[in-house]
Amino acid sequence: MKLASSLLTRRQLGVAAAASALVLSLGTVPALAATPPDTLVVAFAFDDMITLDPGEAFEISTGEFIGNTYSQLVRYDVADPSKLYGDLAKSWKVSEDGKSYTFELKPNLKFASGNPLSAEDVVWSLQRAVLMDKGPAFILTQFGFTKDNVKNKIKATGPLTVTIETDKAYAPTFVLNCLTANVAAVLDKKLVLSKEVNGDMGSAWMKTNYAGSGAMKLREWRPNEVLVLERNDNFYADKSKPARVIYRHIKESATQRLLLEKGDADIARNLTPQDLDAVVKTQGIKTTATPKGTVYYISLNQKNPILAKPEVREALKWLVDYSAIGDTIIKNIGVIHQNFMPVGLLGASTVNPYKLDVDKAKALLKKAGYPNGFKVTIDMRTVQPVQGITEAFQQTAKRAGIDVEIIPGDGKQVLTKYRARTHDMYIGQWGADYWDPNTNTDFVRNADNADNAKVKSLAWRNAWDAPALYMQADAAVLERDPARRKALYDKMQAEFRATSPFIMLYQQTEVAAYRSNVSGFRIGSTSDSTYVYRAAKR
Amino acid sequence: MSTKPSMTVLEAGGLHAWLMSDRPASRKQAALGRAYGAWRTFARNHLAMLGLSIVVTLVLVAVFANQLAPFHPLEGDLRTTRLLPPSSVHWFGTDDQGRDILSRLIHGSRITLFVVGLVAVLAAPIGLLVGTVAGYAGGWVDALLMRITDIFLAFPRLILALAFVAALGPGIENAVIAIAITSWPAYARLARAETLTIRQTDYIAAVQLIGASPWRIVFRHIMPLCVSSVIVRVTLDMAGIILTAAGLGFLGLGAQPPSPEWGAMIANGRQYVLDQWWVAAAPGAAIFLISLAFNLLGDGLRDALDPKGVK
Amino acid sequence: MKFSRALARFALAIALTYLGLLAVTFFIGRVIPVDPVLAVVGDHAPEHVVERVREEMGLNKPLLEQFGIYVSKVLRGDFGMSVLTSNPVLDDIKRTFPATFELATLGILIGAGFGVPLGVWAAVRRGGVADQVVRVMGLVGYSVPIFWLGLMALVLFYAKLDWVAGPGRIDVTYEYMFTPSTGILLLDTAMQGQWEAFRNVFSHLILPASLLGYFSLAYISRMTRSFMLNELSQEYVVAARAKGISEARIIWRHALRNALVPLVTVITLSYAGLLEGSVLTETVFAWPGLGLYITNSLQNADMNAVLGGTIVVGSVFIGLNLLSDLLYRTLDPRTRAR
Repeated sequence: MKLASSLLTRRQLGVAAAASALVLSLGTVPALAATPPDTLVVAFAFDDMITLDPGEAFEISTGEFIGNTYSQLVRYDVADPSKLYGDLAKSWKVSEDGKSYTFELKPNLKFASGNPLSAEDVVWSLQRAVLMDKGPAFILTQFGFTKDNVKNKIKATGPLTVTIETDKAYAPTFVLNCLTANVAAVLDKKLVLSKEVNGDMGSAWMKTNYAGSGAMKLREWRPNEVLVLERNDNFYADKSKPARVIYRHIKESATQRLLLEKGDADIARNLTPQDLDAVVKTQGIKTTATPKGTVYYISLNQKNPILAKPEVREALKWLVDYSAIGDTIIKNIGVIHQNFMPVGLLGASTVNPYKLDVDKAKALLKKAGYPNGFKVTIDMRTVQPVQGITEAFQQTAKRAGIDVEIIPGDGKQVLTKYRARTHDMYIGQWGADYWDPNTNTDFVRNADNADNAKVKSLAWRNAWDAPALYMQADAAVLERDPARRKALYDKMQAEFRATSPFIMLYQQTEVAAYRSNVSGFRIGSTSDSTYVYRAAKR
Repeated sequence: MSTKPSMTVLEAGGLHAWLMSDRPASRKQAALGRAYGAWRTFARNHLAMLGLSIVVTLVLVAVFANQLAPFHPLEGDLRTTRLLPPSSVHWFGTDDQGRDILSRLIHGSRITLFVVGLVAVLAAPIGLLVGTVAGYAGGWVDALLMRITDIFLAFPRLILALAFVAALGPGIENAVIAIAITSWPAYARLARAETLTIRQTDYIAAVQLIGASPWRIVFRHIMPLCVSSVIVRVTLDMAGIILTAAGLGFLGLGAQPPSPEWGAMIANGRQYVLDQWWVAAAPGAAIFLISLAFNLLGDGLRDALDPKGVK
Repeated sequence: MKFSRALARFALAIALTYLGLLAVTFFIGRVIPVDPVLAVVGDHAPEHVVERVREEMGLNKPLLEQFGIYVSKVLRGDFGMSVLTSNPVLDDIKRTFPATFELATLGILIGAGFGVPLGVWAAVRRGGVADQVVRVMGLVGYSVPIFWLGLMALVLFYAKLDWVAGPGRIDVTYEYMFTPSTGILLLDTAMQGQWEAFRNVFSHLILPASLLGYFSLAYISRMTRSFMLNELSQEYVVAARAKGISEARIIWRHALRNALVPLVTVITLSYAGLLEGSVLTETVFAWPGLGLYITNSLQNADMNAVLGGTIVVGSVFIGLNLLSDLLYRTLDPRTRAR
């Protein structure tokens, strides 16, 4: 056709081709080493990180950051969490009446800034957390500290001596476990106070800055982009193996996998079960897994009269295909667990009596007066594996005639609805705040079931009133003998399994995939015990 | 000149001749004749007919979904049928809940047609109206309408979605309204741009001289000229609408699981893209096919309806 | 006199648009079913902390008062703090917008740069094989889910072929070789003469930009084809041919020139769409841009950040619309006011 040949002259075509070639060559990368040998690159989704201040931080990623960069009085051994060792404390003793704890600090310790670390800093940091009274403060204030009395209850009784007075004689393991939490991290008082503005105890500055004494220190934090840690040369124990650790925020599992396979990341932390399956088959990549203190559950709002019937509650527990879910949807990333206490904590039960039994469920429903089932809704976050489990549950429940309507929503959206008690059923998770069995008793504590209650625990959110279990929880926290304490929790869990409106599903396993030239990397059971500074690269 | 006011079909010598007569005796005959002529132009375009036949097939599949689907679209077995690759039993494989993907595609065609059709029918006319009126009127009417359009265009789509969830609750019908409300501004801008070039032309001036009212000019003369580009844009948008509905599903404004809506199937298949590629590929291919069909259809319509008479 | 009056009227119109945008966004933000305090204190915080923080954030005041406070702060240049990043919103935007800007600009250059000629070619070869190839190619870019294309592109060009760098804006090794000033890394590295870093940035940029370009190419090429067909059927084309003007000249100098007015709308609409930030592209390529920022903020009801982002996106649309209006009047005298 006459038109076509005159569309572009040969000269114009040639120019276009040359331009494209130039553009392409500009983009090709020279073969550079993947990542520098003294730098560990971790692909990690940490968009939940919103502040760096241990006095107000509560998110999982921040927990890991604080665990690697700050120190506490005591910490627990990652290999055996029931054993505690002194991090800043050389020794400690508990008084006869069980209400007074005295810590002797190790001498000649320094912060990353070079300032000396003394009892003054420890005491100030703990007081500060109580005075600021932010999200995680309850971990300390539950021992009776208030804004008015904290300066008397937590004191420096010598340059290297710290005394803490609790209001009751709690189990010492309980108090010490709580002192391993992030909120009890020790801040550099001199440094932070020098940045204080309007008497805020440095809280504005601490949101995006660092004043610690851990194995690593903060180099840079660009929210939702990158977090860079550097070796702290003033650290008093084994120095960090990598000189630098770079966390790259990568949300997509497939992208993390590609980076890991190419060597542009040394460790990938958020791979889905499918990606893990595939990556394990790749040469040169290994995985490591650790059970976490997070349990997943479906809860039944007792405000719904149908769900309040005990037979219905039990019937629903027989309508989940636990083993199929365990073998498929949560393979590698969770283990079926039907108790509210995660395995690893003192007294955690491993009895899992429920399995899929449609006939039994139908019989129970008939007894409750619903032989043909009923309609109910469930609020669900549109994330995996929660969505997969919900859809599977919807199918198995249908076999007993229960018509479950799924109401999907985004994370905070669904949580807002749950906290307002306007749901029928809800599928969610609960993570341990500190490594002590008392942490998950939120499932049973409900002092006041009214709509405007002062405490809105998990039990409250589902309008579950179980005073007997509540009293048992209170007794257990004051029980100083470990064997007796364990027996109390056993009893609680047995009763909980039978009568609670919670269908406990599984306990989370956190898995990381790493390149085989990395050694010494291990995930902790809490977010603050995943020590990246112990990982070495060959 | 014939004095008879109307001509019957028999007198013309058959329906075809009656319609194609170049001396129509009534307005109705003229209008029908024009429509028939447009149809003939359309029918001669093989590709447009291909597009039409695909769309018709889609409608038929939607209507006869229950008969056509080999398996139940909502039931699957985690243990035995999860994530199976395509085979002679499951032509497109199975998804992560063990459900047959082909059956889900077939049943999902209903929802997809509903969403796409409704959005097109809501958004395009509104956009066309606003754009042509703004372009023709000019002055403060234009400024006001364009400022309103700007506001809608600049809205983060998700805000609207969350607002709808708050006000009306979740579900795909509300998703349709949300998508329609964020789609019309683009059509308005397009229509206005074309109106600006058309309004100065001679034949518009001629119609003005005859004394036609501004509304008549906009509706009868300017709009038909803008329709073609809007049609092209709407047919292109079909895929985008389905994918947007998928994106809103994350916020609860979309198909509720286990509904086999194609966009939701794709969103679900995202985590399996690298190894179990069929979960996202099947609905993706379906969306592509429909997109292609509507696109061909749209081109054919454009050519057939163009009052300037192409060729 | 007349000019300054027009300018005043114009400024008023813009101000009203912003106000309207902000007002609607603000009020919707306060009624969406997400509790903004949740993001600040977390799910485990005791109730008294929740109530106290709610009070501190000013959420208990009447809506109109809250809006008034916000607007007065904005007028003073204070966009508030983001809950999710503990940074001033302005800083966050200065960090995320350049990333999106860089990506979107390169994307639209690719999209329009290839899309327009392809559209012209399709129009000229109407009905032929070339026309169909361009159509299908374009449709693939527009109707295939962008995350799929993105992941496939990464697997092919990054993982298997090693032609481009991976997700993210720049490699770790080059990050500290220069100081970011505008945030547009291509410019920053070039201005400071860091050519190794420049190549690395480009290598990271080319794949997602091509993806976005491919995405807009479909639409741009289809619309170009449509407009060109309109023009090529006009009488002046016949007349020009009769006069003996070369075909190439007719196509490029006359027909395309006339098709430019609506085409400019199409291109600016596409550009504005890209500038809004594509959440899925940014997720797959780990690109810290505006799309992810606004989406994340919205899902957590971090309203300061959402409003800040809305102002930016709004400005983009208003600005680009004004630009395209201006371009019309320059390109086509027919569009000038009577």
